[in-house]
Formats: sequence, structure tokens, C-alpha cells
Amino acid sequence: MTQEPVTEEHRTVNADPTPSATDAAADKLRDVVADRETEGPTGNSTIFGLRGLTVYYADFRAVKEVTADIRENEITALIGPSGCGKSTVLRCFNRMNDLIETARVDGSLTYHGVDLYGKNVDPVEVRRRIGMVFQKPNPFPKSIYENVVYGPKIGGMKGNLDDIVEESLRKAVLWDEVKDKLDESGLALSGGQQQRLCIARAIATSPDVLLMDEPCSSLDPIATLRIEELMLELKQDYTIVIVTHNMQQAARVSDRTAFFTVDVSDDGQRTGKLVEFDVTNRLFTSPSKTETEDYITGRFG
Amino acid sequence: MSVTAPQVPMDLSGDPRRQRRERRVRSLFFVAAALSIIISAAIVLSLAGEAWGFVTAVDPASYFENGWLPRRGRYSILTIVWHTLMVSGIAMVVATPLGLGAAIYLSEYARRNVRRFLKPTLEILAGVPSVVLGFFALNFITPNVIQPLYAADRSNLLAAGIGVGILIVPLVASVSEDAMRAVPRALREASYGLGAKKWHTSLRVVFPAAISGIVAALILALSRAIGETMVVALAAGTSGILTWLPDSSGLTMTGAMADLAIGSDQVTSATAVQVNPFQSLFFVGLMLFVITLVLNVLSERVVRRYRQKY
Repeated sequence: MTQEPVTEEHRTVNADPTPSATDAAADKLRDVVADRETEGPTGNSTIFGLRGLTVYYADFRAVKEVTADIRENEITALIGPSGCGKSTVLRCFNRMNDLIETARVDGSLTYHGVDLYGKNVDPVEVRRRIGMVFQKPNPFPKSIYENVVYGPKIGGMKGNLDDIVEESLRKAVLWDEVKDKLDESGLALSGGQQQRLCIARAIATSPDVLLMDEPCSSLDPIATLRIEELMLELKQDYTIVIVTHNMQQAARVSDRTAFFTVDVSDDGQRTGKLVEFDVTNRLFTSPSKTETEDYITGRFG
Repeated sequence: MSVTAPQVPMDLSGDPRRQRRERRVRSLFFVAAALSIIISAAIVLSLAGEAWGFVTAVDPASYFENGWLPRRGRYSILTIVWHTLMVSGIAMVVATPLGLGAAIYLSEYARRNVRRFLKPTLEILAGVPSVVLGFFALNFITPNVIQPLYAADRSNLLAAGIGVGILIVPLVASVSEDAMRAVPRALREASYGLGAKKWHTSLRVVFPAAISGIVAALILALSRAIGETMVVALAAGTSGILTWLPDSSGLTMTGAMADLAIGSDQVTSATAVQVNPFQSLFFVGLMLFVITLVLNVLSERVVRRYRQKY
């Protein structure tokens, strides 16, 4: 059975705040977003248009009917509890779900107005424009240099790639740390450095979009901070979509936030759905849906 | 602190019967583990004595003359070693592309239900008795594949090499497929995420990451090819004359041993006349043992040395 649609009445929940520890969490989030604009950036055009996007793995419906517009040169955060389908949605943007034999997509997903799941769309072409950074740093067991030039090389780029390596590593704020050891294995770096190497590797193909699937979940707080600073810098040139478990992180870096949650039907089927998608400041200070409110205050996790 | 300490020290020494049982079980498993070492040592010992007799009786200079003809007292080690090299070389030329191709297909390309059908089929091929493959090499490969293209004798080393190659394809495929499947999904995703095509991901990321396992598979297969007897005995015939090309019959090291032990040059006991042929069996056997041992140690080294952490 589908869950009862969340209606306007639920918005009244804020009227009677109960003083408790959960409010402390929400207050902290409000502090983080306090100096951010409530209206969000304007004038950025839609890059990804999702209309009723539903993803199945065989018979299992992982996420249902997501409708949203993701805009250029912004950071969009996808947040929500485990199993809510946020990573699944992210992996639709670069057709990464194609790697899973049983995955199937319904509804529509456009990229610059082109249907990403259209008949004559080559996933390889899509992935060259839409780069991805993964949860666990996954440099190739090759040298730092080889890691960065992998993308440009397979893209058919020939000749001197040194400039690309330097530029990408500089953008990923890793150059100064590795410029003297480009021949060393990427695996010899620390976790945070490895993740920045993965970002440099993704940037090296000059993509249009960077997808980040919990890029900081295996990093310590300092490395996390560096990646976040990096994201804010990269926003000038790229559109970033980030999945994160960390609400503070979403509050710190993102312009807009999409909150997902899980519907459990009567027969125990768990399906993810998009609850609310708004400018980050508004989503964290005055969410319009009870489920969002419950999640950010920590009443539901 | 009102609780008083017990006057009598607690007995924590445990049940002696249980401890004895533990020791018995332990020694049982130790014997099982030690047995392989004992057997290897016994093989070396049993080979070494007679092999030494051969080395002292036969002039080492004759090792490099033409012809392995024990009845005439000619023991050209060069002949049988070269034939063995040719057969195992041809076998590797056949098995490497086929085996690695099959492994890459199974690990990277095959859809789940194709794999479910192909993998067991490959393993059935591994279970074909080598005598059947030898017969196949002699009666099918030679007349239908080799002779139409290449002027070869009815018994020839090429057919033997191809037969042994087919025999070791499943070994190469199965071990290297395991190595490739062990490469983490994250590395493949990293490659696909950068816009790599499948063949690129397979050859530039998965293959290099699995290289230590693949090289180990090839070395194991080579050692198996060198030791293979039945295919060679059936397909390559019994000529002891040195041939530089694989177009004619020739004895390999294993073939020479089989021929001496059961064939026309039968040597069943160490009578005075036949003492050298009898002892030559041990010498060749020891050489085979050492070669395969070295190869196996080498493959172990390769796995450890070039294993990439990922």
C-alpha cells in the first residue's frame, strides 16, 4: 500500500516545539545554515530533470517517483537514512546502475534536456561528461600520474599529459603534496589524499558534473574539511551532486538539499522516496514536511 | 569490602581427560599435515640413490649427443629436454590465449546465466582423462587439423603440444578467473565512472590488478604441461631421435620414462645389462621433480612479490 500522502496539515508540527535534546541537534544545524541565503542561488538553469524516476533491482523497487530539478553550478545534497535510495538516484545520473544486470529505470531523467535513458545514449559517453567520486577512495593500483591520466588517455587524448596532471592535481589541492612523487603508487597516499587523488582523476576528463557518493564517509574530520572546502571551490566550474549521511555536511556545503526516506509497505517492501527538495537553509530551518522535521531533529534516524 | 576471599585457591587446571583428547586430535592433524612433506622427501630419497648411480655410470658428455636410445646405451638428455620444451611451449601457446580469453570473458563479460552454464562446462573439460585427450590428439588433431596444413608424421610433437594445451586450458582459465574476480568492484566502477569501455576496464584495470594470480596460473599450467605423460605418450610416439621441429615423433622426458617402464625397452629390474636404462628412469624422474618444484616455488614467489594491494 502506498503511504498516505503528506499534506499541508503536517506543517503545524512546528507550532508546539517540545524542549528536548533533539532540538539541540536541530539548533546546531540551524546555526550552520544561519549565514546562508534563504532563497538560494538564482538564474542557474536545470541540468538534471527528474520526472517520476523509479528504479527497480529485479522485482525490488528501490526508489519511486522522484521528481526534482537539479541546477547547474550548484551543490545539491541528497540526504536521508540508509536504504532510502539516495545512492541509487545518484547512480542513475551517470548510468552507473547499468553495471547491475537487474537494474531497470522507469520515468524520465534528462541531462541538458536529453533523455539519459534514451535509445541512442551511450553510457560511456555519459560517464565522460559526468564524473564520479566514490564512498571509499579507490585509486587504481598505479602511479599517481597514471591515475590522473587514465581518463584523458582512454578519451583518446595523446601527447603531453603533464599539464593536465598538474592542473587536475592543483584543482584538487593535492599538487603540493605529491608533485615530487608522481611515480609513486596512488595507494601509498593517506585516505584523505587518496580521495583528493580520485577527485583529481575525475576532474582530469574535464567533466560537466561531479557526482560524489558519500565521499567523506571513510575520512577523518580534517580530511573531510579539506574535501568540503574543495567542493566549494569546484562549484565555480562544475555542478556537484553529493550523497551524504552527514547532515552537518549537507548544511555546510550544499545550496539545495533533497531529503529522502523509506516507505515500508504492508508486506514489508521498503521503497525509497523523495520527501522534500528545497534550498538548504529553508530545508534545515523550516522544513515543510513532518518527516523532514523528524529526521533533522533526530527523532527519526 | 565485606566479601571475604575464599580460603582454598580455586582449581582452574581443567579436566585432564579433555586435555589429553585435545592433544591426540592435535597430533592426528599434525600427521596429516606432515604426510605431504614426508612423501615428498621419500620421493626424492627413492629417486636420488639410483639417479646417482646413473650419473656416475654414464658419461655426461653423451647427454648432448643425438638420440635417447637406452638399449644402445645412448642417453641424450638434450633430446628429451628439447622435446619436452617444444611440447610444453606449444601447449602454452595454445592455452594462454584460450585460457586467459575464457577467464576475461567469464569474469568481465558473461551475463550471470551464461556463466552458470559455461563455468561447469569448462570444469568438465578439466575432468577429461588425459588418455582420452591423447587419443583425440592422435586420431583427430593430427589427421584433421595438422596434416592438411603441415607435413607432419602420424605421430608428432605438435599434436602432443596442442593436446596438452587443451588439457591445461581449464586450469589457466579457472585460476586466472578467480584472480580477476577477486579484483574489487570499486576499481571497475572507478574505471567505468571515467568513461572507460568494457575492454579497456578489463585489460587496463582488472587484468593488471590480477596479474600476480594470472602469472601464477600460467606457471602452474606450465608445470602441469611439463609433467603431462599420457597425451604425449599417445600422440608423440616413441622415437628417441632428436628432432628440432615438432613435425615428427619424439620422446619427451615423461614419454621416455613411460616408454622405458612399459614399452618395448622394458626395464623391470636392475639386472646387470639393464642397469643403466633402469637407473636413467630415476635420473629423468628426479629432473622432472626438480623442474616442477622450482616452477611451483616460483609461482608462489610471484604471487607474493607482485600481489597488488587494493
